Amino acid sequence: MAVRVQREDFDVGAELAALTAGRTDIGGVSCFLGLVRDIAGERPITAMTLEHYAGMTEKMLGEIETEARRRWPLDATLIVHRHGRLEPGDRIVLVITASAHRKAAIESCEFLIDWLKTKAPFWKLEETDAGARWVAARQSDDAAAARWKEPRQTAGKAAK
Amino acid sequence: MKILYFAWLRQRVGAGEETVDLPADVKNVGQLIDWLKTRGPAYQAALSDTSAIRVAVNHEFAGLDAAIAAGDEIALFPPMTGG
Repeated sequence: MAVRVQREDFDVGAELAALTAGRTDIGGVSCFLGLVRDIAGERPITAMTLEHYAGMTEKMLGEIETEARRRWPLDATLIVHRHGRLEPGDRIVLVITASAHRKAAIESCEFLIDWLKTKAPFWKLEETDAGARWVAARQSDDAAAARWKEPRQTAGKAAK
Repeated sequence: MKILYFAWLRQRVGAGEETVDLPADVKNVGQLIDWLKTRGPAYQAALSDTSAIRVAVNHEFAGLDAAIAAGDEIALFPPMTGG
């Protein structure tokens, strides 16, 4: 279980190898790799700068990871998110989940990236030939995160 | 009290961080934002639309009615766009 927020690039193969090294209990690993796209809306972007709230970012990513482990039987997890200035094609975020079975690994990986987008304090500034602009939050991201909301239990009526 | 601003809020306010002495009648996040808006046109412009502002008190998301105290770290920022 690990969370890293860093300026430096990461090596997906090395991270996968490190997470599963010496483990014979893991049957499935799921991996999401986010890259900087060169088109945002109509305009090509030349670069993107990620700002974050140091301290709170690590705390929120840790809480999201803890929530994933509560919901799925996970043997190993890793979240790496970069900040600073990135260019199209650059790696930006990595989520890896490992479990005895594939379903838990695949579902929890999707959950983590959906929740991360709406709960971790990062902000993207896109640079285009017409100047820089802050990316607006998307409703589709909120909807993707909301899919994972658990039905609220009625107080005092816990299952017996 | 320490106040942090991020993304376009930081740019509009003109600072990423500041320390303020809170008036005695400012007891929650909503009152803090109202008070900050009286501090000049830059604050007024940055904080005019509270529906576009998210708040954290000591690294926890908080609503406008959340209580605040002198030693707290308050962050004001737009909705997040990571991932």
